[in-house]
Amino acid sequence: MKAIKFSRNPLLSERLPLWRRRLVLGVLLAGFTVLVGRSLYLQGINNEFLGDKGRARFERVIDISATRGRITDRHGDVVAVSTPVRSIWAIPEDTKLTPSQSRDLAQMLDMDVRELNRKLASERDFAYVKRQLPPELADRITALQLPGLRQKNEYRRYYPSGEVMAHILGFTGVDDAGQEGIELAFNTQLTGKPGSRRIIKDRRGNVVEDVESISQPVEGKDIVLSMDSKIQFIAYTYLRKAIEEHRAKAGGIVVLDARSGEVLALVNMPTYNPNNRVKLVGAQLRNRALTDTFEPGSTMKPFAAALALEKGKARFNTPIQTAPGKLTIGTATISDAHPHGVLTVAQVIQKSSNVGISKLALSMTPAEMWEMFDALGFGTTLKLGFPGEVSGRLRPAKTWKPIEQATMAYGHGISVTLMQLARAYQAFARDGDLTPLSLTRLDMPPAIGKQVFSTQTAREVRAMLELAVLPGGTAPKAQVPGYRAAGKTGTAHKLEGGAYANKYVASFVGFAPVSDPRLIIAIMVDEPSNGKHYGGDVAAPVFSQVMGESLRTLGVESDAPQKPLQVANAAPVKEEM
Amino acid sequence: MNILRNLWLRLIAPIDGPLMLMTALLALVALGMMASASPERIPNQLMNLLVALTVMRVMAQIPPQRLMHFALPVYLIGIFLLVGVALFGDISKGARRWLNLGFMRIQPSELMKIAMPLILAWFFQKHETMPRLRDYAVATLLLLIPLALIARQPDLGTAILVLAAGFYVIFFAGLPWKVLIGLAVSALAAAPLAWGLLHDYQRNRILTLIDPEKDPLGKGFHIIQSTIAIGSGGIFGKGWGLGSQAQLEFLPERHTDFIFAVFSEEIGLIGNLALLILYALLITRGLMISAYAATLFGRLLAGAITMIFFTYAFVNMGMVSGILPVVGVPLPFISYGGTALVTLCIGIGILMSIHKNRMLVQK
Repeated sequence: MKAIKFSRNPLLSERLPLWRRRLVLGVLLAGFTVLVGRSLYLQGINNEFLGDKGRARFERVIDISATRGRITDRHGDVVAVSTPVRSIWAIPEDTKLTPSQSRDLAQMLDMDVRELNRKLASERDFAYVKRQLPPELADRITALQLPGLRQKNEYRRYYPSGEVMAHILGFTGVDDAGQEGIELAFNTQLTGKPGSRRIIKDRRGNVVEDVESISQPVEGKDIVLSMDSKIQFIAYTYLRKAIEEHRAKAGGIVVLDARSGEVLALVNMPTYNPNNRVKLVGAQLRNRALTDTFEPGSTMKPFAAALALEKGKARFNTPIQTAPGKLTIGTATISDAHPHGVLTVAQVIQKSSNVGISKLALSMTPAEMWEMFDALGFGTTLKLGFPGEVSGRLRPAKTWKPIEQATMAYGHGISVTLMQLARAYQAFARDGDLTPLSLTRLDMPPAIGKQVFSTQTAREVRAMLELAVLPGGTAPKAQVPGYRAAGKTGTAHKLEGGAYANKYVASFVGFAPVSDPRLIIAIMVDEPSNGKHYGGDVAAPVFSQVMGESLRTLGVESDAPQKPLQVANAAPVKEEM
Repeated sequence: MNILRNLWLRLIAPIDGPLMLMTALLALVALGMMASASPERIPNQLMNLLVALTVMRVMAQIPPQRLMHFALPVYLIGIFLLVGVALFGDISKGARRWLNLGFMRIQPSELMKIAMPLILAWFFQKHETMPRLRDYAVATLLLLIPLALIARQPDLGTAILVLAAGFYVIFFAGLPWKVLIGLAVSALAAAPLAWGLLHDYQRNRILTLIDPEKDPLGKGFHIIQSTIAIGSGGIFGKGWGLGSQAQLEFLPERHTDFIFAVFSEEIGLIGNLALLILYALLITRGLMISAYAATLFGRLLAGAITMIFFTYAFVNMGMVSGILPVVGVPLPFISYGGTALVTLCIGIGILMSIHKNRMLVQK
């Protein structure tokens, strides 16, 4: 036995005082109680709330985007398509690149190294490095295996026809929703329905687990347009040429299938490239043929003449005195700049006499004329579903003064869109009836439309319109080699601030072949300013070129000699304004 | 066979059964959590455990009176190393805590967690007849010197543990309750002053505790994520390895200081209660050893070490569950990290030694 040195320690007998022991036990008990209490509070009482907060941090419902439908022309040629692209993004904090890695990446992305480094130096958790890259390039970047770089699948809308079809197709925004044109009008069908999935993401945004599919995406539907890419291109080419030649401000052309009411082409100038809209200005965006109205001028004359025939007020050869080239109604005077003397109704159209058509118009009641204009579709929208489509202006008949009734007969005091005008000519190109127009291809076009004029009247006006295109008419330049053509010029002073300015809108509306009309073409050239401004000089040649090439493209059988008829030195008859 | 058996008996002779059992259970919990939170660290954790248990066994062998001889040298070496850190230490994450000895990096403040109760227990043993106020003053000085060095590293977590360790010894040595109350009052009074002495980040931690949602992505992030993890565990937990907050990396420091949140999320309230009971048993055993210690030195040392275990556990769990500011205190025996584990096992070893030598006379 070995005694321990401090066995006689007086403190040894003296245990820890009671209060001190109690204090220690109290502190321990309090500590454990607090911890247990906190556990109970968090896990027992707040379990559900905190569980939800937790799920909100890792569970995500993501949209699975449906591929936007394609848009094709009537032959199935693709004119708008969504191509998969990828965007590169980074978690800047995780993206620590060596200088050589940065250099390689910047080179592949066609970026400045400094710009790349600036993006990667961002304070945020997320930074786009470059958006909408071709998948092949994105794959090569994946192969570099750089830390912190991620990729995101996106779609980019591509328009192979570029500016040729810009106004019809419109375009989509960054969120892939249609913003203009067909893209907007048919957005619902094209978009489809995005599906959704429940996924689990970690803090860095990586998808860790694909939990379940909530709904499958429904792919967008393809839209088949009524457009014919070839005719569209022809129309685009010649309109553009005419605009440049006549230094015009703007212009539009519409090509309709007279049999079905399908719109085969629609071009507006100026236009834009939908694939690159960086420098886009408002004027380029305007779809003039549908959203702008203008005073049509003499292209309206055939309708008043047709109504006069229909109502039995006159016949094809009824003579009308237009001398002395002036007609005073109330305080206003209507005049022909080139007095013609006695003209038949057919010649009034052929020579485009204001006095002659005014006299015909005044032989009818305002209500009769209003009903006809209304039946032809003026003053109401075409209901094509196209964004921004306008109705034009047709005032109620009750408010018409006689002078207004007369001027409306030659296209003043009334405003129309180019598309409305083209459609109204269906009444002459067909046997007096009108079909609805369509921007999509029709498998079963309506056989008979709404009758506005009798077959007889339609045939007679057709003959008058053919005269206008022949030598002795206002538009011999509208003749189409190989086809009999018919049509009417228009040259209107532009209304500016309530007064007619010294600016013009030159137009032409016509159809061919006369023996069995197939196409209707309406052309409008705004403010030609290179010396010529008559519809017969500015718009008629475009009609001739587009009609000729389009009919040949469609393989329409020729019904006339290949050489246009010409009278030596005979300038076209100047039409009245 | 006999030789092996004798060897085994000699090996386990100084080991205290209950303490060993509790330590082993906690080590198993640690391995289980590590397998869930950070499986790649299992081999390292096993290595740390082996070293720590070896050190524990060695410490258990050393009788308290021999240990007393080490008190002053260990303390002085500790101070020396802390001064070394202040002068030549490596800076990492804005704090100067590590000393690079060339062949290894050490954190001398960790040593102080043992050296502090050791030196104070030794000091009171030397002045064992009713200590006078002057003795308390000297003891306080012994405490404050290393404390200041650690606090300015800065390492608030370790400083708190060292302060606690020293305070427990002084308290058990019989600090008059008047002084105790005086200390408490002056501590409250000095709080605004202390606030001024804190670093900005330390103040932010306290402010964050009051309103973690104020900066949910920044300073409040740790607390928000860990309370969500604990709370979403519920009564029975989400199951081992299935804690979504932990596994999806929402939980920061999930293998070290915040491992309690992983445990709570995956094992639930049931697990928390079990873990608390385990700690309570360990502490009870420690206090019993303290009460039956043969000497004042043994009693003070055992009491302080035991209370340190409690402080570790309470501060860590409190901070992870969002009732205390975030300070770098690991969960004892469970958080990953070799130094802390070795320190804790030294404590266990000392407790075992004090227990084995509880008789005034050796058998």
